[in-house]
Amino acid sequence: MLSLREYLQSYQGIEIIIWENKEGIVELSSSDLPEVLSYCLEIKPRPIWLTHVVNDERQLGRGFCLYLVLHFPGKDFSLTLVAKGIKEEFPTLALIFPALNWSEREAQDLFGLHAVGHPDPRSLVLHPGWPQGFHPLRKDYKAGDERKAFDRAPLVFPEMHGDGIFQVPVGPIHAGIIEPGHFRFYAIGEPVLHLEAQLFYTHKGIEKLVEGRSIEDGLRIIERVCGVCALSHGLAYCEAVEKLANVEVSRPVLLWRTILAELERAYNHIGDIGNMCAGVGFALGNANGSQSKEKLQRLNLEFFGHRFLRGVVVPGGMKLIPGSKDSQAMLNRLIKLSDDFEAWIPLLLEHDGFRQRAVTTGVLKPENAIDLGVTGPAARASGIANDWRELHAYLLYPELKVTSIIEQDGDAWSRLMVRVKETRESFRFLNTLLREAMQGPEFNYDKPVSIALGKVRPFSPTWGCVESPRGTDVIWLMLDEQGKIYRCRVRSASYANWPAVPLTLPGNIVPDFPLINKSFELCYSCCDR
Amino acid sequence: MLNLLLRKLHMGRLTEQGINSQIAQIPSALPASFRQSLQIRHLACGSCNACDWEMTALGNSLYDHQHFGIDFVASPRHADLLMCTGPGATQLVNAAHETYEAMANPKWVMAVGDCAINGGVFKGAYASSGGMDRVLPVDFKVPGCPPSPDDLIKALLGIMGK
Ligand code: SF4
Repeated sequence: MLSLREYLQSYQGIEIIIWENKEGIVELSSSDLPEVLSYCLEIKPRPIWLTHVVNDERQLGRGFCLYLVLHFPGKDFSLTLVAKGIKEEFPTLALIFPALNWSEREAQDLFGLHAVGHPDPRSLVLHPGWPQGFHPLRKDYKAGDERKAFDRAPLVFPEMHGDGIFQVPVGPIHAGIIEPGHFRFYAIGEPVLHLEAQLFYTHKGIEKLVEGRSIEDGLRIIERVCGVCALSHGLAYCEAVEKLANVEVSRPVLLWRTILAELERAYNHIGDIGNMCAGVGFALGNANGSQSKEKLQRLNLEFFGHRFLRGVVVPGGMKLIPGSKDSQAMLNRLIKLSDDFEAWIPLLLEHDGFRQRAVTTGVLKPENAIDLGVTGPAARASGIANDWRELHAYLLYPELKVTSIIEQDGDAWSRLMVRVKETRESFRFLNTLLREAMQGPEFNYDKPVSIALGKVRPFSPTWGCVESPRGTDVIWLMLDEQGKIYRCRVRSASYANWPAVPLTLPGNIVPDFPLINKSFELCYSCCDR
Repeated sequence: MLNLLLRKLHMGRLTEQGINSQIAQIPSALPASFRQSLQIRHLACGSCNACDWEMTALGNSLYDHQHFGIDFVASPRHADLLMCTGPGATQLVNAAHETYEAMANPKWVMAVGDCAINGGVFKGAYASSGGMDRVLPVDFKVPGCPPSPDDLIKALLGIMGK
C-alpha cells in the first residue's frame, strides 16, 4: 500500500493544499470522495472521523463545500478532505462509513442538498411540519418567522408486521428530570426487536445563530450548547480560534486547562455512575453519586466561579488562574473526595442485584461501534482504545501519559467500569497537575491571563477537539475577513454516539432501557443543537 | 452491611438545614393546601440541560427537596407546578401545550433560567420561541444561567410561603 500522501498525490484531480506534520488538507471532487474514503478506511490502524461539515460558500464562488475530517491514530495525523463546488447533490458516504449517516441527512435538511444513494433519506434535524424549502443554513436564509408556521406533521417510522409484534411509544416528554426525545420500541413478547429513537426535539438552530457573531459572543453560546460538556465545548472552540490566530498559549494556561478538563470529567463520571444506579432504582448508589457530584460542583463554583465551569477558558488563555494557596486547598479537597469515592464505590460494585442488572445488558458490539464511529466510554467499553487524550497530543496529556481505559464486554457494566477507572485516573492526574500548580508562578486572580488575538486567518477551515466525559467533542470553525464566525459546526460526542444506542436494545426487555440509556448517558441538547 | 452502617455514622446528616430561614417571608400566592406539599413536573423545552441538572441536584442529599414536601412527579396529571427550562424549542411547542393541558387546575408555570425567561443566549435562533412566556402562561421566573440549586429551592420555598 502506498503511503497516504503518495496515494493522494497520484490520484488524478486531487490537490494537496496543506501537508504538515500533523495535519493535511486536500481538495477533491465530491464524486471521488467514496473511493478516497474507502482507501483511507483500509489503512491500519483505521482512522476515526472527527467531523463532517457542509458549508454554503456560494458567496465565495466555491459552491457548497463538504469537509470530512479524519484522524489517523498512531500517527496523530488529521486529514481534511474538501469537496468544493457542490451544486445540488453529493454521493452518499454512509454506505461505506455508516458514521456519516446522520451528518448527511442533516445536510439534506439544513442545506437542501441531496445525498445521492443514501439508504435512509428521511428528514432528521428538522421534523416534518416546517414549510417547504426551509433550509436555514443556506447563507441567503436570514432567521425569519418560519417557526410560527411550524405545524406538527406525523413522524415517519418503519412498519413491522407479524404475530405478536407491538409498539411502545415513549416521550418526547419523559417522567423525571430528563431531556426530551421520542423512543419507539417494537417488542415481541418481552424482548425488544427494534428501537427507533426520534431526537432533535431541542433543536434551536444554534449553528445559524452564531454566524456573524464575534468570537467572544460565539464562545458564550458554544458553552451553552451543552450543560454537561460546557467546558469541553468551550475549550475545543478556543483551540480552534487559537489555531486560526496562530497563538500558542503558555504552560500555566495549558496546565489549568488540563485541570479543568479533568475536573469536568470527574464530576460527570461520578454523577453518571450515580445515574446508572438511578436507572435501576438503586437508591444507595444514586445517593452516593449525587452527593459526590454536588461536592465537586461546589468546588468548581468556589475556585472557578461556575458550577459547570463556564466562562473560565477564553480564546488566548484563561479568565482567571487560582494561586498556589488555592491549588493546595483544591488538592486537599480532592484528596478527601477521592477517598470518599473509594469508600462508596465498593458498595455499588459489590452489590449483586445491581451487578446482575448491568452485566450482559445492552451490549454494543465492537464492529458496530467502529462502523458508527462511536466515541468515549461507550466505545472504550467495547474494547476500542480511542481516548483522544491518548491519540492526540494536546494540553498536558502527553506528559501525563494517558492510555485509553478499555473493557471488552460492551455491556452496561463495562461502561460503568470504564467510568470508575477513568475517575480514579482523573483524581490521579489532578493530583499531579495541582502539585505543579502549587509551585507557581502566581497570577493576579482578578486578571485574565490571555494573549490578545491578532489577525485571524479568514475562510480557513479548522477544528478544535477535546475529550469530554462523553467522548470526543469537535468544533469546526471558519471565520470571515472581519474575524466573525462564518460557520461553526458542533459535533458533540453525543451526536456521534446516539445512533449506536438503538443497536444495543434488541434482545433486552423494555424495562432495561433506562439502565442502557443511562449507561451511555448521552445529552440531547448538544446532539440536537 | 457493617460497612454501610459505619459509613452512615461517619457521614452523619448531609442535608443542609435552615435554607428556608434565609428567604424573605413573602405571603404565598398559592392556596393553603399547596403550601405544605408541591408536586412538580419538569418540562425541558430546548434547554442546554444545565438548568435541568441543577433541578436534579435538588434531589441530592445536600438539598433533599423531599423534606420540604416538594416532589417531582412522573405525570403532568399529578402536578401542580410545571417547571420549564429552555427557550421553547419550536419542535417541542406542541408537546409543551399538551403537557400543560394534561395538568389539573389549579396549576402554575415556572420559567427556570434566563433562556426560559426571555430566550437568553438563544434569542433570535430560528427554532426557538425566545422565552417560555411565548408558549405557556408563566407565573414565576427564576433567573440565572443556570440558577443554582440554592436559587431554585429558595424560589420554590418562596412561592410556597415556607
Ligand atoms: S438558562 Fe442557561 S443554563 Fe439554563 S438552559 Fe438556558 S442556556 Fe442552559
